[in-house]
Amino acid sequence: MNVPDDLLYTESHEWIKREGDKIRIGITDHAQSELTDVVYVELPKMDRKANAKEAIAVVESVKAASDIYAPVKGTVVEINKALEADPGLINREPFGQGWIFVLKVDNADDLKNLKDDAAYKKQIG
Amino acid sequence: MAFLYVHLIGVYALSVNEPAQKKTPLYHEHVKRGAKMVPFAGWLMPVQYTSIVEEHQAVRKNVGMFDISHMGQLIVDGSDARSWLNTMLTNNIDKLEVGQGQYTFLLNERGGIIDDLIAYRIGEGKFLLVVNASCTDEDFAWLGRHRPNNVLLGDRSAHFGGVAIQGPRVSELFVNLPARNHIVDVELDGMPISMARTGYTGEDGVEVFFPKGDAVKFWNVVLEQGKDLGIKPCGLGSRDTLRLEMCYPLNGSDLSSKRNPIEAGLGFFVDLTKPNFIGRDVLLKTKENGPSQKLVPFKMTDKGPPPRPHYSVFANRKRIGEVTSGTVSPSLNWGVGMAYIIAPHAKVGAKIDIEVRGQKFPATIEKKPLYKKS
Repeated sequence: MNVPDDLLYTESHEWIKREGDKIRIGITDHAQSELTDVVYVELPKMDRKANAKEAIAVVESVKAASDIYAPVKGTVVEINKALEADPGLINREPFGQGWIFVLKVDNADDLKNLKDDAAYKKQIG
Repeated sequence: MAFLYVHLIGVYALSVNEPAQKKTPLYHEHVKRGAKMVPFAGWLMPVQYTSIVEEHQAVRKNVGMFDISHMGQLIVDGSDARSWLNTMLTNNIDKLEVGQGQYTFLLNERGGIIDDLIAYRIGEGKFLLVVNASCTDEDFAWLGRHRPNNVLLGDRSAHFGGVAIQGPRVSELFVNLPARNHIVDVELDGMPISMARTGYTGEDGVEVFFPKGDAVKFWNVVLEQGKDLGIKPCGLGSRDTLRLEMCYPLNGSDLSSKRNPIEAGLGFFVDLTKPNFIGRDVLLKTKENGPSQKLVPFKMTDKGPPPRPHYSVFANRKRIGEVTSGTVSPSLNWGVGMAYIIAPHAKVGAKIDIEVRGQKFPATIEKKPLYKKS
């Protein structure tokens, strides 16, 4: 399973890419392979504020709906509209075109609580 | 992200950590082929091997094979078996010749559905009842409580396995298939098997039952023979999407002890002209007065979030019912489902709204089935 070493991770299988004071968020290769067949993505509203671990998006596969959480406190500044027409991007390019939203981070120190690739690899075994 | 297998497992959901999940004789074959195993009705079952959509399409276009060893297999035997079963089941068992099966219901005294099953007449006075995994014990106990002394009731589930082989190319896989809804005893590669022309997918196909010890061999022989036909092992995920496209009910989701077959729109499998069967009085009344709620199929108007069980159904902002099954149909690539709706609103073509996470999405009540072969 692909776990890029330049990303951070959550226990709930989101990946986080640092882009200055913002972070880009998606779900990991492991997560998409567990879900398979993603058929619908409910994106967060632009400019909404979110607390850490707050459910702000939903990824639905044929069999189930799964909440996506804000990894840290922040504000939604970008959403991936392409997923509305092509939710399968999450399966095909989980770390690329399948990103879900971008958060402007309130406090960069919060990112210290996230996992690195080694810790996430250990989690998913 | 949290993984919730809510849709598929429904009311039978058990924690993965729950001890003593039973394993079918094909468990190791599933694991070997990389299936994702989930608890279902007390069994560890494959939910999918590669993808629900791929497995679904294999069945619609070629052939797919499902492990149904978790399903219960009850035997009823005796000179009075036929007349007694006719008082326990809703369909008319007198219509069965030896070697024929029928879909039928086991009801409680209130007309509520204990289980839906197929009853096969496998001898003059001998019947095989293939029942839902989650209900095997309850069915057995209920039948046992009502059994007259001269009828034998046995549960062979622990000693038998079964598979469903479904899809338009099944007729290329086996010669001399039994007629629709019929069952025959045959030998395949030295294995004694019972093969029935029945299924839960809407495609041509068979359900095959065999002694547990032959399960692995049979499974692999069929996969090998079906290679050129594009056969795929399939999990419960596609089993659920296939049956839902056909509007076949799932006990525990669309059927329950609080629903009767008339409300579920399955009166076709109830013979009210029979003088006596458990639940008959209640069904007569429901038929006479009309059910207060009806199970109806529906299709979403727009490409939005898929409907799921327990979502509320509205009409003109009034709550009129609840979804019992819902998914994105892989054949239609569109949200579909079934819901119990109060009778005045349960009309084909009626516009309804499905509430998804606080937001309403329009849908239309459809005719059965939701998917028709073009």
